[in-house]
Amino acid sequence: MSTPETIAVAMSGGVDSSTVAAMLNAEGHTLVGLTLQLWNQRRLAGRPGMPESTEGRCCSLDDVYDARRVAEHLDIPYYVVNQQDRFEQDVVQPFVREYLSGRTPVPCTLCNNHLKFAQLLDTARQIGAERIATGHYARNEYDPARGRWILKRPADTNKDQTYFLFGLTQEQLSRSLFPLGNYHKPDVRALAQQQGLALANKPDSQEICFIPGGDYKQFLDAYLAERGEEMPDTSGELVTTSGEVVGHHQGIHNYTVGQRKGLGLGNTPGAAGSPLYVIGINGADRRVVVGGGEELLAPTLRANRLNWIAIPALDGPLRVQVKIRHRHAPAWATLEMSGSDEATATFNEPQRAVTPGQAAVFYNGDEVVGGGWIV
Amino acid sequence: MRRVYMDANATTPMLPEVFEAMQPYFMERFGNASSVHSFGQRARGAVEQARMSVAAFLHCRPAEIVFTSGGTESDNLALFGATKAGDHVITTSIEHHAVIHAGERLAACGREVTFLPVDGNCLVDPEDVRRAIRPNTRLISVMMANNETGAIQPVEEIGAIAAERGVQFHTDAVQAASKLKLDVEKIGCHLLSISGHKIHAPQGIGILFVRKDTRIEPLFYGGTHERQRRAGTENLAGIVALGKAAEIARHGFDTGALDKMAALRDRLEREILARVEEAGAHSTHAPRVANTTNLWFDHVEGEALVISLDLKGLAVSGGSACASGASEPSHVLTAMHVPAERARASLRFSLSKLTTDEDVDFAIEVVPQAVAKLRELSPYYRDSARAASIPA
Repeated sequence: MSTPETIAVAMSGGVDSSTVAAMLNAEGHTLVGLTLQLWNQRRLAGRPGMPESTEGRCCSLDDVYDARRVAEHLDIPYYVVNQQDRFEQDVVQPFVREYLSGRTPVPCTLCNNHLKFAQLLDTARQIGAERIATGHYARNEYDPARGRWILKRPADTNKDQTYFLFGLTQEQLSRSLFPLGNYHKPDVRALAQQQGLALANKPDSQEICFIPGGDYKQFLDAYLAERGEEMPDTSGELVTTSGEVVGHHQGIHNYTVGQRKGLGLGNTPGAAGSPLYVIGINGADRRVVVGGGEELLAPTLRANRLNWIAIPALDGPLRVQVKIRHRHAPAWATLEMSGSDEATATFNEPQRAVTPGQAAVFYNGDEVVGGGWIV
Repeated sequence: MRRVYMDANATTPMLPEVFEAMQPYFMERFGNASSVHSFGQRARGAVEQARMSVAAFLHCRPAEIVFTSGGTESDNLALFGATKAGDHVITTSIEHHAVIHAGERLAACGREVTFLPVDGNCLVDPEDVRRAIRPNTRLISVMMANNETGAIQPVEEIGAIAAERGVQFHTDAVQAASKLKLDVEKIGCHLLSISGHKIHAPQGIGILFVRKDTRIEPLFYGGTHERQRRAGTENLAGIVALGKAAEIARHGFDTGALDKMAALRDRLEREILARVEEAGAHSTHAPRVANTTNLWFDHVEGEALVISLDLKGLAVSGGSACASGASEPSHVLTAMHVPAERARASLRFSLSKLTTDEDVDFAIEVVPQAVAKLRELSPYYRDSARAASIPA
């Protein structure tokens, strides 16, 4: 048990963060529960494709009430902090821009970087808590030998959320607590039960929190319509890797690298009669490049807007394992700087569907070396 | 932990006399005021007694009082009940959401609605009201005192304009009740809303004053209660409580309670501002109700300040609360053209007649501490302080 201190707990109303609050409370810390109000789930309700009911969504009233009930149960002060403007500016708008320029964004990472471990941590410190605890599955510890805070994969590798945390600075890591890092999800539910939390069996949230129904295309339509903006015309040609025009598409935001369905090419076979996939999206000339499965394989990737965690900077080639999307088995690669803020990873084995807009996170075993955004 | 409450514009605790007065009507004196038998008669008697007390409070006839569930229902009953499709309604951009959002709904239901601006002190210009009147203007709705700044609106002048032009006038007096003497004749209003829980009665009871011969359509359909203006069994205990609270408030005007409250508010404002730099008060050049002050502390996030103060034991408010309990930027300060940064750095302190000298001392002590702590962690403040310290 650690020395009692004042800790802010980021409470989403889910099992994980609720259990964190119960655990720290049992350890005798002084807690303040905080929930970020990030998005009004009713905002786009009623527009085409947007469901009326938002039950069980992050930031839904139900979740706020769940978090409030947990705080009540634990008898800790609890507040909802309104960060809707910042969330829209720093997460939702980049999300929309990325899709409209042919990339596939990761909003959860932006939310961690700009909201949870920035705004919320600021608020926590202002109200007297020097550290913030969250329900993320990850581990962090200070390594005196390197003089750095290290981010590590959790015990429950199935729930690993380090992919979304690569952007944390040393300052942010030093002020973060991930009490679930050594637990497996079933144990967390058992702990929740043991602590008398009524939501111990509440289902995990899966989709992007501000997209009720999970259909990002309908979200883009509804969001732009609400702002009185026209969906920009990004329609164009479907071309093969050799430049042959094989069809037309209705807008680049409908595609993501590796996609096979919805190409509108009927049964047009690839070169070898195999199915066609999206190989790349060229925002500038609005072309979607298609090809056979083997053409999806990339020997390298480039990433920029880098953040280093385990090392102060990359000063020579480094052997790492690279994760190119949340559900991706990290692949061995050699990492080298290829610009002032750009690194290139050369894979041992070419990787399928390297997707611009996604994060590339570099691991050394369990440690997160750092990461960047795939260009 | 010591807890001090300075959020009376949100709600007030019941006074012991009020609680005592209503208590018997839950159990031993229960009854449906519409029933023929003795239980009903006794309930009816209590309701009518309360109606007289409220009428005396407003200087109107008892028959002009309609009991409702609170300020929001009263405002909606006034706005929807007194207008029909094709009518024009004039209101302001600083009303309570019960009027603003009802006004937006009216606009969606075939009425034309004008939201008038205010000046930097949160005051509506009666001449703007006059200029906004159209041939089809049916109703003017302007609040008596603003809930966030305390600014008292020129309702008597607006009432005179309404009378001159033959337009009905509604005023939301929820924040004025018990802080200003209410006289519906002097105000010249046809409709006036009051909420019980802002004047030490419980939540869930309010009234709408409806001037004799003013026609309103009910919001609900059911029994013939409240002269067919508000169907539904009377909230007996709540009505009794409101009657008692109105009686106490009426006597409060003669006992100097308001002067005492104003003195406390002025000291709170003066001493906090003397201890905190880059801070000030909103609406100081407007007449204000005695209990309210809205202070800004530049380079501070108001939401964090409200939380910090609550953790220290002082309950105040910033902005208005949305469904989740988070604060939303104040539409009132925005309408006053307060810059967004300063609006977010603003806090409302609202006192009640239960606020003591010691409560004010406590606030004067903890507010400057909390502001200093927040500024210490604010990058904006550090930059501005550094800039200020560079010699010219």
